[in-house]
Order: sequence, then structure tokens, then C-alpha cells
Amino acid sequence: MMQEQLDRIKREALDVLKKTSLPEELERIRVEFLGKKGKLTAILRGMGELSPEERPKIGALANKVREEIEKELEYKKTEAEIKKQNEKLKKEVIDVTMPGRRLNTGTLHPLTQIIQEVEDIFIGMGFELAEGPEVEKDYYNFEALNIPKNHPARDAQDTFYINDNILLRSQTSSVQIRVMENNRPPIRIIAPGRVYRSDALDATHSPVFYQIEGLVVDKGITMAHLKSCLEDLAHSLFGEDVRIRFRPHHFQFTEPSAEVDFSCFACGGKGCNVCKGEGWIELLGAGMVHPRVLQNCGIDPDVYSGFAFGVGVERIAMRKFNIDDLRLLYENDVKFLKQF
Amino acid sequence: MKIELNWLNDYTDVAGITPQEYADAMTMSGSKVETVEQKGEDIKNVVTGKILSIKQHENAEKLVICQVDVGNGTPLQIVTGAKNLHEGDVVPVALHGALLPGGVKIKKGKLRGEVSEGMLCSHEELGLTPEELGYEPEYGILILKPDTKIGIDIKEVFGMEETIVDFEITSNRPDCFSVIGLARETAATFQRPFHLETPKVEANSENAADYAAVTVEAPDLCSRYSARIVKNVTIAPSPTWLVKRLNALGVRSINNIVDITNYVMLEYGQPMHAFDLRDLDNHHIIVRRAKDGEKITTLDKVDRILDSSMLVISDESKAVAVAGVMGALNSEVKDDTTTILFESATFDPVSVRITAKKLGLRTEASSKYEKGLDPYNTVPAVDRACELVNLLQAGEVVGGMIDVHSELPKPRHIPFRPDRIRSFLGIDVSMEEMIRILEKLECKVDLDHMDIVPPSFRPDLEIEADIAEEVLRFYGYDKVPSAVISGETTRGFRTEAQRLWQRIANVAVACGLYEIKTFTFTDPNIFDKLNCEDDSEYRNCVKIANPLGAENSVMRTIAYGSMLEVLARNYNRRNEEAKLFEQAKIFIPTSDDDELPIEKERLSIGMYGPDVDFYTLKGALEEIFLSIGIKNYDFEPMTEGGTFHPGRTAMVSVEGEICGIAGEIHPMVLKNFDIGTRCYIAEIDFDLLLKYSTFERQYKPMPKYPAVARDLSILINDGIWAAHIKNIIVKNGGKILDNIRLFDVYKGSQLPENTRSMAYSLTFRADDRTLTDGEVNEAMERIVKALQTEINARLR
Repeated sequence: MMQEQLDRIKREALDVLKKTSLPEELERIRVEFLGKKGKLTAILRGMGELSPEERPKIGALANKVREEIEKELEYKKTEAEIKKQNEKLKKEVIDVTMPGRRLNTGTLHPLTQIIQEVEDIFIGMGFELAEGPEVEKDYYNFEALNIPKNHPARDAQDTFYINDNILLRSQTSSVQIRVMENNRPPIRIIAPGRVYRSDALDATHSPVFYQIEGLVVDKGITMAHLKSCLEDLAHSLFGEDVRIRFRPHHFQFTEPSAEVDFSCFACGGKGCNVCKGEGWIELLGAGMVHPRVLQNCGIDPDVYSGFAFGVGVERIAMRKFNIDDLRLLYENDVKFLKQF
Repeated sequence: MKIELNWLNDYTDVAGITPQEYADAMTMSGSKVETVEQKGEDIKNVVTGKILSIKQHENAEKLVICQVDVGNGTPLQIVTGAKNLHEGDVVPVALHGALLPGGVKIKKGKLRGEVSEGMLCSHEELGLTPEELGYEPEYGILILKPDTKIGIDIKEVFGMEETIVDFEITSNRPDCFSVIGLARETAATFQRPFHLETPKVEANSENAADYAAVTVEAPDLCSRYSARIVKNVTIAPSPTWLVKRLNALGVRSINNIVDITNYVMLEYGQPMHAFDLRDLDNHHIIVRRAKDGEKITTLDKVDRILDSSMLVISDESKAVAVAGVMGALNSEVKDDTTTILFESATFDPVSVRITAKKLGLRTEASSKYEKGLDPYNTVPAVDRACELVNLLQAGEVVGGMIDVHSELPKPRHIPFRPDRIRSFLGIDVSMEEMIRILEKLECKVDLDHMDIVPPSFRPDLEIEADIAEEVLRFYGYDKVPSAVISGETTRGFRTEAQRLWQRIANVAVACGLYEIKTFTFTDPNIFDKLNCEDDSEYRNCVKIANPLGAENSVMRTIAYGSMLEVLARNYNRRNEEAKLFEQAKIFIPTSDDDELPIEKERLSIGMYGPDVDFYTLKGALEEIFLSIGIKNYDFEPMTEGGTFHPGRTAMVSVEGEICGIAGEIHPMVLKNFDIGTRCYIAEIDFDLLLKYSTFERQYKPMPKYPAVARDLSILINDGIWAAHIKNIIVKNGGKILDNIRLFDVYKGSQLPENTRSMAYSLTFRADDRTLTDGEVNEAMERIVKALQTEINARLR
């Protein structure tokens, strides 16, 4: 009898719940069935009239009915909330294609970016950073590098002089000598810095520019080590596919000396307007440290050998960023600087 | 150094090698080819023709009609406006379909009703210069020599089918400034034979020493002087083959004798000179230092004044040449010259270089001498000149030679250690291969003593490393393998200063500043533009002795001049805003000229823009200071102007040490730089930042007890600085004062004149307990009272 009543209440409750989804309706249904004066509560009140055997049975059944109704109520409530929230979110649509509110950071100068990149490559190979003065003694810039006064090799570098013995360094190679005078092998240094040549400013020349010098001195250093080192540089800067090529050249302070070409990273060596159809781009000068230079610094060339290289930073930057006029790098127009 | 490719066939064989292959291979063996010029590529279908008849054009007063024989049996009719033609002249004829330099195409056509089957050409239309022709042709059609063959390609006549290869020769290879030297390199590069014959001179039985004498008074500057005499000279034009070879390399033909000296210089790399013997006083050549103030008129007709550092060739009364640079007009070869003395000498490279520089007279000869020439080359060169005299029938060579020299350099012996060469280069090349390469370069390899004797013309081969390079050049630079550096590992790192700069730069960038790079030299006038005092220490600069111009003639002593220039450029390019920084180097001279100046680095910041004011600048500096661990910094008002605004500038100090300046630029200075907006600049000494920066950080526990916040709004008189107010608050707030924040400053009509209102938010906190209202009230009372009594502040 009571069992039937409970079944009916349950069916009735689930029936009405099925038909609604409004939150206020759900609350009304909860009160109607489960509230203090609700239908189920009323039934339970009549439990006292049951026999002691029937009481637990009906009690369990009543609880089950309550749980089922509650569960359905909970479900309907969640469903209603989600629906309500979805409606709210729908109204909150914004235009994500509008521009962001920029925090306006600046940039490092493109030359600094190249210098730091090259520094990091070599630091990873165990190179220390070294520096030297820009206003330098003739001795460090030329004489100790096997370029005596009045040597025709000086013609290759039009130099600014302060007086007969002091000049604006024309190459970072001066740092080589300063490092070797004060350190014993193994030496692995890289020396980025500003250098000066008496060239008027135009699209491809500047009286002030940056070089990065590298120097390794140790027992058993060979030209093959130089090649591997520069290959690493080429790959890190321009990608794994770039090849390098040594070409014979002459520098007073290296022997053998080489000019080093990188295969054009724009066309892969087929020839294009970036490499002027050559397939190769001349990027740096290098060689084995001249034994006389080692001697000048008190390093025994019969025991030690070394390699050195120098690379123009502007040249890399212009190739890498496709800058066609060197002057842009020193004009510092923010419209230019912003692009890096 | 230019060569004409076919000339090389005199000593080696370049058959079957295309110009491009040649250039590539030579570059890879160390003789870098700059350009390859194919002459005559832009001329087609132009032949020699003979004018058979000339008659007036009936319908055009200025035109004539020529019948021209071009060697194929059928004369062509050609209409021309030229005035310099005569019947029988041989001229260049552009046939129908011909191509001329500049892309001009010639077609058959009609001129005023008369058929014209081609065009007669001037030298300009053929792209020929007077230098290439060897003379200045008359205006109009180019008239060729009467004996020129008819119907041949004009390029054959002028040797225009040549391939001119221009090499970049490095200063260590004086031998390669000659056709023979490059032929030797060519032979080694292509592994082809090389043959150089010793010149054979047919001379009479007389002795040169009976004609002239040579005394070298300065053997330190002239190690060898070789001379030969030629008599019964007939000065005449040179034969075509010789003119063509000279022209191809850009040398103008003068006459047979002068051409011979130039030819030998190109061929042997040995500068030569020919003196007219009758102009040499007592036929006595004296090689001596010039007298101070001695005058000479060189062949270029310029009067020059010499000094005692220069070497001259003289006779017993006068200088007749500046040694190694240029001959004098007083003894040059003339049309009526009958006896000549050929000079072939070796002069000191440094002396020639300095002399040429001092005289501002760099010649083909001086640029060769200054690289150091082989004293063993003088005799073959002078003999070659005489051999050419024989060949050209230009005179009678007198027997014997005058050859004055000091001790000649002895052959050098360089140890030959193939293993060491292999390990030095990191390549695997056999000893046999090394010997083959070295012998091709005329090095003698002595296997008994394991040493190498380089030839006398290779002064650059001195040590083992030089030998290694020779081996590598012909083994192939491109065959060097790559091997990772082995050995003791080293730690790579940046210096402390470089790390600090990196940090500063990163924070500056995060603050919205763009890094700039400027020139470190400047214009001494910039200090006037910057409104610096006349006796300002900044004006004491390191001066460049040979600047490009006054505007780049001194090393900068401050960085903000460059910064202002960059701000001005940005302003003038209508950039609305510029916020910039630079890692700037400055140079402070020392009192001793032989000492290097002191190089210092400055953090330079400059900005302008609609949202920029002094506090933007200061804020950026504060961010930077704090990021490098500097908490104790001060900005104190600076009233003395000059470059800066007297009311908007601060002296910046760190840990009590003055480290720079920050402020607005004085309007007068802005005007000097053509800037129409307020600019803010700071310049900070990097050394002090390095001294006080720290990257050590110690964690401080999070507060456990709640804070109590109180606002304080006061009215104060102008002239009381915020730093002062802050000091009073800190001093009186006691230990429990945790933080002070100035959140509002107001000045306006609602306030009494010359006052401003400042609103602070104060936070109180204790580490060990929750503060009571009483404690905080007490602190607030102390603060307010102090503000009232010390700076007459009124509570609002």
C-alpha cells in the first residue's frame, strides 16, 4: 500500500521534473515533494503505523525514492545553471581581432643582436670574451702583428692616427696580442669591438664599424680545427645547410691565411641577387697564427700553434637582415630600430 | 695587376681553358681574380673596308655617297655625313646587322632616297679610346693604316678579342706583379709546363763601361744598379703586336724605346728607365741621397722639391730621376735621341714608399718597388730590353753591362718537415705531392738535408709556415677537413662588465628604450652647440691627426652630444616619439702624449615624446638601478644649466658617489640642434654601476601579520622637495613604517598660490605582532607634527 504510494510519488516527481528546467520551478518541485510539508515527508510521517517488520523495508524504499528525486533535481539544476551561464557568455563576446594593448618594449640594436649571437656560439665552445682599447698603440695594431712601419700591407687599412705611435685601431686583431702577452695557452678568446678605418661613409663603407676577433692557441691546433670552428659559426648563424669555403689569401699575421666564404643562405649556392650570382658570400678572414706573432708574445711556435679569424659584424647583419645600406645602422631612426 | 690571357702562352699554355674556369681556378690557388673582361663582345659584323669613290648626295648638301670595298667582290653603297674621307682610305664598316658598343644595331636603310648598306664608324662608335689607339685620331671616321687588310674583322685589327684578367695581388707577392709571375702561378695551378728563356742579346764588341760609369753612393738604398747602352737608336713607333699588348693592359704606346721599358716592366715586373746618354753630364750615373731643397722636374712636367731622405739618380751636376719613382724631363728619350742608357735597379722598398708618399706621386714603378723587388731580376730584365731592341731593330746594343751591387742576398734554407706540415694543416698530403708542388714553384727541395731553398723572387717564403701555405694552395684550400678542437677544455664566459651591460640593456629594452650605436668621434664645435663653458674640461679631447673632416676630428668626451644628434634626426624625420639608450664609450686624454687615453663607458639615455617627461627618464633609471641591485641612489636638484634646464635637472649619485646627470635639455641647446620639443637625457658612469651593482639576492620571509594603511594629505609650500618630505616621514614613522607611496600631487586654483598638495599612502606593519590602532596613531601623530614644524606642512 505504502509501497505503491512511494512509487507513485516518485513517478509523479520525475514526470514534472522532466517537463521543466527553470530554476524557480525546480525549487518549487523540491518543496512540493521533499520539503517539510512535502509529499514524501508526509508519507514518512505515516510510517509509525507500520509493523516493525515493514518499517525498515519501507524506510529504505523511501530513502531510495528521495535520493532518486534529489539526483534528478541536482541534474536539472546543473543543466539550468550551464544554460544560464552560456547565455551570459554569449553576451560577453569581444572583438579579438582588435589590436592588443602594447606594453611597448624597445629593441637591442641589430649589431648588438649579431654580436651577442656570435658571442653565445663561442661561449658554448669554451671561448672567453676579451676586450682591448679602441685608441691603441701602433705596436698592438700593426707591429706586433708582423706589420712594421712603412709596410705596404698597411695600405689595405687606411688608418686614423692620433700621433706616430697611437692610432684608432683598424682591426680587433690588436686584442690578440694583448691577450697573448698576458695569458699562456690554452687560449680561446673572442673579442668583439669597434674599429676605425679612414673610409668615407657610404652604402657599403663606414669609418667606424664592428669586428669580432677569434683566437685559439694550444698544442696541436691545426687548420682543420679552424674549419670546424667556423662551420659551427656558419651553421649557428645561417642554418645547418650552409657550407664554408677557404680561399687562399694573405694577412701579415697569419700563415697560411684564408678568406672564408659562406655558401649563400638565400639560394643555397645556386646564385641569386643576395650573393650577386656567385653562390658564395665572402664573410671573414682567417688563418694560422704567424709563428712570428706567437714569438712576439713570448709563446714558443715550436710547441704551440693557433688560429685566428676576424669577421665584420655589419656584413653579417646586412646579409642576415637584408639591409642594403650600411648607413641605416648608424642613423638610429626608430622606424628602423623597431624592426629588430 | 692586369694580364691579357693569350700573353701567358709565351711561357705556359692556357689552351682549352675558358676565362671563367681560369678565373675560378686561379682564385682558389691564391691569385684572386677581381674581374674578367672580354673585349670586343659588344662588337659584331664590323669589318675593314676601302673607300673606292666618294660623290655628293644629290638631295642633301651635308651627305656624301661612298662605294666601299669590303673584300667580298661587291662594293657596298654607304651614305655618310663625315668630312674627313678620301678615296683609298681604309675605314671600319658596320655591315647590315652589325652590333656596336652600347647595343646599337645597324641596318640597311635609305637616306634621303639613297640606299645605305651599312655605316662607317668613328673610334668612339667602336668604343676605342685614344689610349687604346695610341694616338688622338682626327674628328670623323676612324682612318686605318693604308696597309690594313680589307674585309677582316675590325676586332682583329685592334686586338679587341682579348680577355683581360684583373688580379688582386697581395703585398707579399711582388713577383706576381708581372706577366711571368702570373704565368708561373698559372702553370702550377693547371699543372701545365712553364718555360722561361734567358734573353739572348746580340751586342757589338764594344764595352758599355767605355760609354758610361755608375757610382752608387747610397748602397743602403740601392742594392743593385744594372745598366746597358744602346747606340744608333732610331726612335720610331712600336710594331702593332707590342702596341696591342701594352694597350690591352692600359699602357699607352709612346715610342719604341719607352714602350720597351714598359713592356719589360709588365713582363718581368722590373721597372726600367731609359736615359738619353747625351743629357748625362760626363756620362756618369751617381746614385745618391738628394740634397735638402734640391729641385727636379719629373716627366709629368711637375716641379718637385726633394729632401735628403730621398734617393735620386743624378749625373755629375744634376738629378735625372727620383729613384724608383719617376725620371726627370731633363734626360728623357726624345725623337732625336741616338744613345740611351737602360737602367734596371733595385731600390730600398721603404725609402721608395716614403718618397712616393711625400711627393704625392705613386707610380707603377714605385708601387712595385715598395713591395721589395728581387735584385737577381735586374740583369735578365735589362737583357730582355736589349733583346727587344734587337727584335725591333731600334738600335745597336753595346757589349757588356755595368752592374754595381752590394752583397746579394744568399739563398735561404728552410727546414722541410713533411710531418709537421701535415699536422699543422690537418691534411693528409704525401711528401711526393709536396715536392711536386714546391718544385713547380721553383723551390729546390734537398732531401739529403731535408731542406727547401726558395727562389730569389719569393722573398715571402721565409719559414715553415710559408712552405705549408704553398703546399696547401696547390693541394687545395677547399680540401682542408674539419676537426673539432680537442685538448684541455676551457670555460667560456662573459666578463662581469659585459654581463652587467647585458642586464642593463635588457631592462632598458623592457622599459621601451631602443638601443642606438653612434660614432665615437665628433665635431669639436659640438661643445659650442651644447652650450659648454669655454674652459669646460669636455673640450679637452683626443684629436685625430688625419680626420676625414672637421666634423669627425675628435674623440668624444661625453656621450650626450651623440644622443642629442640622434634625437634631432628622429625629430626631424617626424618620429612622434623616441626613447633611446646607448652603451657609449668616451675618451679622456692623459697629459702624456705617448700614453693611451682613458676609455670609459657611459650609460646614455635620451627621450622625447608626447608621454615623456623628466619622470619617465627617472623611472627608467630607477628600473635599471633596482634591477642591478642598486637601492641607494639619489637625484638631487641641479640649478646650474649649460646643456641642461636649470630647474629640471638632477645630479645622480649611487651610494653617495656622484655618477651622472639626468634632466631636461636647455631650450637654447634644443634650438642649436633644431629640435622643437622637450628632450630628456641622462648620462651615467658605468664604472660606478659596476662598482655598486650586485646580483646577490636574499629572500625575506613573507609578512605574517596584517598591515595597517593610512593616507596622509598635506599642503606644502613650493620649493620643498619630495625627498625632504620622505626623509621626515621615514625618520618619524619609526620601525613599524613599512612603505610610503606618493599617490597624488596637485597644484591649482583651489589652492593658495605657491603651494601644492601631496597625498601619501603609508603602510605600517610589524614582523612579530598585529599592530594596534594606538601604535599606528602615535606614529602618525609624530609624522604630522614633524611635518608641521619642519616644513610648515598643513594637513588637508
